[in-house]
Amino acid sequence: MKAYLLRHIQVLVASLGQLARMPGSTVMSVGVIGITLALPGLLYLLVANAERVSDEWHGGTHVSLFLRGNIDGAQAQTLATRLAKRADVNRVRVISADQALLEFKELSGFGEALDALPANPLPSLLVVMPEPEYEHPESLERMVLELQSLPAVELAQLDMEWVQRFHVILTLTRRALIVLSMLLALAVLLIVSNTIRLAILNRREEIEIIQLIGGTDRFIRRPFLYSGMLQGFFGAGVAIVLIALCLHLLRPPIQVLANLYGSGFRVAGLGAVESLLVLAIGMGLGWLASRWSVGRHLRRLHPAWRPERPRMRNFGRG
Amino acid sequence: MIRFSQVSKRYPNGYEALKRISFSLERETMTFLVGHSGAGKSTLLKLITLVERSTNGQIVVNSKNLVKLPRRQIPYFRREVGVIFQDHKLLHDRTVFDNVALPLVVSGVGHRETGRRVRAALDKVGLLGKERLSPITLSGGEQQRVGIARAVVNRPPLLLADEPTGNLDAQLSDEIMDLFHQFNQYGVTVIIATHERRHIRRLNKPVLELMDGRLVQDGAPA
Repeated sequence: MKAYLLRHIQVLVASLGQLARMPGSTVMSVGVIGITLALPGLLYLLVANAERVSDEWHGGTHVSLFLRGNIDGAQAQTLATRLAKRADVNRVRVISADQALLEFKELSGFGEALDALPANPLPSLLVVMPEPEYEHPESLERMVLELQSLPAVELAQLDMEWVQRFHVILTLTRRALIVLSMLLALAVLLIVSNTIRLAILNRREEIEIIQLIGGTDRFIRRPFLYSGMLQGFFGAGVAIVLIALCLHLLRPPIQVLANLYGSGFRVAGLGAVESLLVLAIGMGLGWLASRWSVGRHLRRLHPAWRPERPRMRNFGRG
Repeated sequence: MIRFSQVSKRYPNGYEALKRISFSLERETMTFLVGHSGAGKSTLLKLITLVERSTNGQIVVNSKNLVKLPRRQIPYFRREVGVIFQDHKLLHDRTVFDNVALPLVVSGVGHRETGRRVRAALDKVGLLGKERLSPITLSGGEQQRVGIARAVVNRPPLLLADEPTGNLDAQLSDEIMDLFHQFNQYGVTVIIATHERRHIRRLNKPVLELMDGRLVQDGAPA
């Protein structure tokens, strides 16, 4: 067992040496693998972050009740308490006219212009969050109609359409992520199998000799498998760095945007588990690609007894 | 040790290299395989090492029926046969030591045991002092000795040599042949393909002679 491990470590080190001896092609293929893996990684983060945003909306659906101008804060509060008792309502948030004005001033940048107004032009607002089990379209529609008919309500607005759209887009993006990931995984397979192919051709003579003296396919395959795995591993490392770099560039503007929406949202990068997963995927793809490539070539390579001669004489004689 | 019964080999291009060959060789014998170039000597050796498969007939080597040996068993079978090539087939990016050690590395022999056996093999061929050199710095005769050391390092019961003295002058090639003779005296079965009748006369060993893919002589020295 110890000897077996030792042998694997020797092969691993030897494969590292092989990669280091061809720095040009190694850097190229590792770089390409890195970029290829970074793309789905970024898309994954986009989806994961978007999902977190939509979670913050608590199901997302709510009904906004814009109250008539003559309703003051206390009346709005009473109405809110009454509505909260309805079976289909989870809770009601009151945004009084004063609060609304304050928020608007802060966010719109029209502060001073608004100060010039004689009175607060904004109505009080009740945000009605339905119980989750009432969140399907028919019952929501019924609720909106009922709320609209209340005398204090100027306008009842169901804020659902864009949430639905958002969810559809999210589903679409998730699907796109899967398709894109598969395509790019295929690209990684092709990249690695090509570099392995070149490595096999470079060491063709050595492979033939090892075959002649009784090396098993497994023995011949091993260094190439390690080489493929190492390329995948380093490629994944490059991908993780690239993703972190992209996030570093994108984080400040996203933070500004989140603040504009009054959200405490923070962009999440790859966690430790996700980073390990990327490394594992990279190694797995590298292994798979070299396994495939070596398998194909081993079946084709036969040990050559004599050095190859010009094909003038009858092939295979002697 | 080796038994051929009605063995034919036809290459995919239609060329028939061996035609219904039958012979058998006892253990611990030394035999010369002679014939003109193109007579089928190399094909015969390739069949014994399963580099090629026979088209017809039965081949038994070291009690194994080669016709029935599955592909994944071939490497293990080849470890029982040491082969020496005319062009040595050494790896020039490795030292003499690493070249000789290769069959042991391939079969997973431990580190210390490998060192011991490699030095023993190099000692036998008279290259003990040169284990750290690259084969490319050695003379043709020395390179062939490295090839021989590699072939015998895991002590196979059967040794095949394909024109081992093809590129060497008379004195060097005599030395190489004497080396094979020594291994034979230690109990190794040896087959040497050669076109130099001189060695056969000198060592007085039985001969298999091929001509156009047929066996024309089986037995006494020519």
